[in-house]
This record gives sequence, C-alpha cells and structure tokens, in this order.
Amino acid sequence: MSASLAAPGLRLPRTLLVGLVIVGVIGVLAVLGPWIAPYDPQDFSMRMRLKPPSAAHWFGTDEFGRDVLSRVLSGAHYSLAMGFGATAISLAIGVPLGLLAAFHRGWVEEVIMRGVDLLISLPPVLLGLLILAVTEPGLFKTILAVGLVYVPIMTRLARAVALELLAEDFVEAARARGEGAWHILVREILPNAWPPLIVETALRVTFAILLGSALSFLGLGPQPPASEWGLMIAESRPFIAEAPWIGLAPGLCLCLLLIAVNVVGEGLRDLLDPRLRGRGHG
Amino acid sequence: MAGFLLRRLASLAFVLLAMTVLVFGIVHLLPGSVAHMILGEYATNEAIATLEAKLGLNDPLYVQYWRWLSGLLHGDFGQSLTMERPAGPVILEALARSATLAGVSIVLVAIIGVSLGIHSAVHKGSASDRALTLAQYFFIAVPEFFWCILVILFFAVWLGWLPATGYTPISDGGVLGWAKHLVLPVSTLVLGLIAHVSRLTRSSMLEAIDSRYVLAARAKGLPERIVLRRHALPNALLPTITVLAVDIGILIGGIVVVESVFAYPGLGRMLVYAIDNQDLPLMMGGMIVITAVYALANLVADILYAVLNPRIRVGGTAA
Repeated sequence: MSASLAAPGLRLPRTLLVGLVIVGVIGVLAVLGPWIAPYDPQDFSMRMRLKPPSAAHWFGTDEFGRDVLSRVLSGAHYSLAMGFGATAISLAIGVPLGLLAAFHRGWVEEVIMRGVDLLISLPPVLLGLLILAVTEPGLFKTILAVGLVYVPIMTRLARAVALELLAEDFVEAARARGEGAWHILVREILPNAWPPLIVETALRVTFAILLGSALSFLGLGPQPPASEWGLMIAESRPFIAEAPWIGLAPGLCLCLLLIAVNVVGEGLRDLLDPRLRGRGHG
Repeated sequence: MAGFLLRRLASLAFVLLAMTVLVFGIVHLLPGSVAHMILGEYATNEAIATLEAKLGLNDPLYVQYWRWLSGLLHGDFGQSLTMERPAGPVILEALARSATLAGVSIVLVAIIGVSLGIHSAVHKGSASDRALTLAQYFFIAVPEFFWCILVILFFAVWLGWLPATGYTPISDGGVLGWAKHLVLPVSTLVLGLIAHVSRLTRSSMLEAIDSRYVLAARAKGLPERIVLRRHALPNALLPTITVLAVDIGILIGGIVVVESVFAYPGLGRMLVYAIDNQDLPLMMGGMIVITAVYALANLVADILYAVLNPRIRVGGTAA
C-alpha cells in the first residue's frame, strides 16, 4: 500500500488529506480516551442529572448524571472497531474465496458464486439481524455479523479482479515456468489485486460503521452501560425534549467520522482506480 | 424474453427456498435450546420438556423443517409465541403498513432524486449543482437513526407541527391524521436515498450528454430540449432503475430502524419486537416475507430494465 501511495509525482489530494487527518484525530482520541476524559464515563451522580452543556461538562450530562463528553470519548473505539474490524473480516474471508473461485473454475467456483449470489440477494440489515437474532448481543458478535454481511461483495470483487489478472502475460509466464497454483495466486495475483481491493475496502468501512451503529441502536450491539454511539443515541430518546444534547453529541461525532471515512474512501478511489480517475474531468 | 423471464423466476424460487433453509438452520442449529430461550434462564426442566413436546422440538430437524416449509407454502406461518394469535395475519397487517411507507418513499425518491440529478447534470458547475453535490455528501453519510432524532427534535419538539411517534388508521383519524404520522418517517427514509439517486442520475446523465449520439442529435440541429429529453434522458435513466432496485434493499434496512424509532407498527418494528421477545415463528416468517418482497422488487427492476434496454430486449443475455 505504501509503495503505491508514495510513488513519485503522486500527490495526495487535499480532501483526502483532510479526511485522513479527521479519521486520524478520532483514532488518537479513541486510544487516549480513558486518559484525557475529564470524568469517569460510568460515574453516576443523581445531583448532576440532565445538566445542559457548561464549562464543567462541555457536552452536558445524561439521565444518570454521567458526563456526556467522557462517554463520547470512551465510545469512539466501538465505531472504529466495528468499521475496521468488520471490513477486515470480510476481506479475510472474501478475498481467499474469490481467488479460489477464479482459479478453480468448475464446481468449486459454481458453489462459491451461487452462495454469493444468494447472500447478495438479501438486504444487508436483514442478514445482520438474522445472525444476531438468536445469540446474546455484544461488540464482537456485531463486528462478526457486519463482517459476514459484506463477505459476498468482497468475494465477487476479488474473483473479478483475479479473472482479469489471470489473463495477463506475467501469469502466463509464471505458468510457463511451471509455478504451482499457490505461487501464482499469492505471488503473482495478490500483489496486483490490491489497488481495487483497497478502494473497495476503504468505501466499505463507511457502510460497516453505519450498519454496526444501526444494529447497536436497535439493541443488537454492545449492551448498556457501554457508551457505543448508536446505543447512546437510542438511550437518549426518552429525554429528547428536555436534554437533546445527550443524543446530539454522539450523533454529530458519528456523522463527522462517517463523512471523514467516506471522503478518504472516495479520495483513494480517485487516486488508485485509473478508470475512474480519467472520468473526473469529463 | 420468455427465456429470460423463466430464468429469473427460477432464481427467485431458488433464493426463497435457500432463505428458508438459512433462516431455519441459523435459528435451530445455533447453540442453546429454543425452548430454553423462550422460557428464559429460570425455567424448570419440566417446563422446558413440556414446551419442547408442544412445539414438536424433539422431532428430527428435517421433519421440523418440512413441517414449517409446508406450512409456509399453505400460507400458515405458525402460532405467534407471544401474541396468542397466528403469526400470518400479524405479518400481513404489518406488511401492508410497511408497504405504504416504502411505496410513498420510493415514488418520492424516484421523482425528486431523478429531477435533482438531471438539473445538476444540465447545469453542471453552476452554483446550484455545487450546492447539491455538497449536500449529497452530507446526506449520504448521516445515519437514518440520527436523522430520526433530528427531525423529531426539530419538527415535533421545537416546532410542534407533527406527532413524534405512533400511527393512526384512516378509519380512526381520517386521511389527515393518518398522513400526519407518515410525514416524519417518510422524510427520514427518503433523505439519504434522494442523495444517492440524484448523484448517480447526475453522473449517468453527464455520460449521456457527452456521448456521440447526443453530439449527432445536436449536429442535426435539434433544439436542446429535444436533444436532452429524447436522446440523453432515456439512456441516462437505465442505470437509475438498477440503482432504485438496490435502494429498495437500503430502504428495507431503513424501515427497520425508522419504524422502531417512530413506533410505526410495520414489518420492521415487528421483526425487532420478535427478536427482542424471541418470538421465533413471527421472526422467521417476517424474514421470509421481507426476502420475498425484496426479491420481487429486484425481479421487477430487472424486467423493467430488459423492457427498456434494446440490447437485452432483442435477445442478449442478462448478466
């Protein structure tokens, strides 16, 4: 990845840079959260219930008198974990399956691709609900469910990319040298398949964060008293009239993260996908 | 065309059959006894055994699956575990209410999204085009459940114009009372989708405007209105149909969230209720019905695409 990004003459567009900086700052805040939070995010204080934003509590306090800023800070890692964790899972399962399908034409490909067709014909939220419906909810189950939802998309993409590459001369040359299937897939195909896969991955992170926080919002993610942003928004609903800041603070942070991740994804696509790069000026 | 239709119908049947296996398999093969899940962690062993016998849970899995599947094929979704009613009518009532929500939304998305996209493409680079492009960025990224909070806060709490939650049948509240409860859920559902559709319509319209057939039409001296309407637009709308079909999937996801927030008694809220209360027949039936609706919507989009696209209509293969 760094090799293609650092190629000489290739400058990072400004929007991509801004997106990267915002995602980076949120990432740093998520890691430093426990140390820089002004209060303990789980500290109850009935005297301090539903206080509006002030110098002492920048984002106000919630129905248990907990400091909303501290909770938002301690909740940032959930969204990042869901976005990147789930996307990593879909890559880890989808790419090998796609490569396998491209290399073993015939019944292996048939089985894999019919399964992919089936799973793609289900609405994503439904598939997530189905996986989470019958198990105890929790952060790792949500990550796994969201990751599994996007496996078929990764498989389909990896297969398409590999099929295109298998027709290239350098693969022909490797075959003529008598290299085995493993060598061709891992040493010839995979290194050349990264640009489109990185683009898809970067765009997929946005959807993974969205789906993960929506499932948490529905109560199928981390459980209270976790400060996952979707869950915080769901819990703020009874107090929306008297204390709107409880839901607005995590909501606005989530929007900022989503917009930034999306900007990075689209920036990377413009940078790495030569077919779309040319069209930008059309 | 007949072959194409047959192939698509066969794949529709395959998807639904496979979905029944998937839903049944996940519900029954995951660790944990179903009866235990229904009765909770303090259930006595006798109570569990009685319930398992009552539900036929001691039969081999394929017998249970077949019983459920043949019930489905006869329109019998089983008995709801929490409502003392058959699950079928519950699901159908919820489906009708969700269909209203989805139908109104998709029509609005198609009309507003396509118009905005065409406007942006024709006036490319203008102030309104740039404003729309910027707005799209924002609207696509904001999660539906947060939109719900924002519109409730703004229109129900601060302005007091519309009810925040609930549903009134036409028979109780008249058309106005019924429509009032639809405004906020529908506007939440359509915001992101309008952005999505208008963005794709803009790019496919731009591609059409740059094409040689539009150049040829202009070279013939046709007025610009005719060039855009007769030559560019029909070609630009083909990808939009596919996008609308994809959006129905997003819409179904949105409906689950939006109905839960607005306490709108549709299929999505029913599904979340069934999951929270471990009402398995209701949950399994709801999932099958949603899959069927989604698959049908995709079939309609495919047929529409084939009818409008001469390359497929004349007998090519639909990929």
